[in-house]
Amino acid sequence: MNEVISVNQLNGLEAVETRVDTRTPTNESGALSAGVAAPEFSLQDAPDHTVSLKDFSGKRLILAFYPADWSPVCGDQMALYNEVLPEFQRLHADLLGISVDGAWCHRAFAKDRNLRFPLLADFEPKGEVARSYGVYRQHDGITERALFVIDEKGIIRWSYVSPITVNPGADGILNALEELESKGVAA
Amino acid sequence: MTKQQTPHKFRGLEADPHRDHIQGPANAPVTLMEYGDYQCPYCGEAYSIVKQLQRKFADNLRFVFRNFPLAQIHTHAEVAAEAAEAAGAQNQFWEMHDYLYEHQDKLAAPQLIAAAKPLGLDVERFTDDLNQHAYAERVREDFLSGVRAGVNGTPTFFINGVRHDGAWDIDSLSEAINAQLQKRTAA
Repeated sequence: MNEVISVNQLNGLEAVETRVDTRTPTNESGALSAGVAAPEFSLQDAPDHTVSLKDFSGKRLILAFYPADWSPVCGDQMALYNEVLPEFQRLHADLLGISVDGAWCHRAFAKDRNLRFPLLADFEPKGEVARSYGVYRQHDGITERALFVIDEKGIIRWSYVSPITVNPGADGILNALEELESKGVAA
Repeated sequence: MTKQQTPHKFRGLEADPHRDHIQGPANAPVTLMEYGDYQCPYCGEAYSIVKQLQRKFADNLRFVFRNFPLAQIHTHAEVAAEAAEAAGAQNQFWEMHDYLYEHQDKLAAPQLIAAAKPLGLDVERFTDDLNQHAYAERVREDFLSGVRAGVNGTPTFFINGVRHDGAWDIDSLSEAINAQLQKRTAA
């Protein structure tokens, strides 16, 4: 069954309408939501190296899908997460950024921004992993600005899709990780 | 939301006169809070806009500045933030704050130390504070309070505790401040 719903508005910016298949547990935007097993993936984080979801089995993981490398520096989501990384680690979580940019592009971007976490290339077939998480924007060929917090057992525990122009910040991720921490799941 | 094991408590968006750097009257109807980075070029632009707003709204506006250094992309942002705090410990925060934004190309530690004397600081104490990172913890607390409040890049403004998304040119910020003023007058 399909229905038209609107994505949460964030401070009045950009409201988006999306058609969602409600047979799968998704949040308002169509992204996979809490309680669902995170789809497996295996993507290049460097021209000669691959990262898979199963590499993080037994650990907490943050997946940050973002539209493209090279957004303006001071408002860049990946630059922000790079600064907050010690907090994520304190809460026993690793972080992966994912976009449809290629591995060489990621390498140049990561070097320029001094990023200390991997960027994965959802490059070929383009956006396949984003699609499996319900966060690919077919009409413009990029991923949503979407966040997933995955627990030690590979279950999505929190997800959020931000309006594409709005950097969602890190507060939602930290709240979700603290929630996991308080439930006392072994880290 | 924050749990007890969190060492950095979210300080919230209420200005704290015992801790925050504040300009303008305590009973001003509108508080503009900026989370900023001294090396960020956008914050450099925002600096002069804030000055214009302060002239325009005079006693109707209280301004609060908190540190949000993006230290991995701006190599001098952290030392500059610590320098402002070290000057603040000698009651010269705003003098150093203004100096930093007016000399964004001269933010390396030796350049900051050279600037200390003309600003009337006790140079020896200031130098010791920088070398020992006496205010690193305080800067980090500011940073984390911003992360928890949803700061997503620099500069981020809050007007009476609400994040101001979108443009922050003089007209946009004036409009947002006027809206708050009208709300107070109507109340």
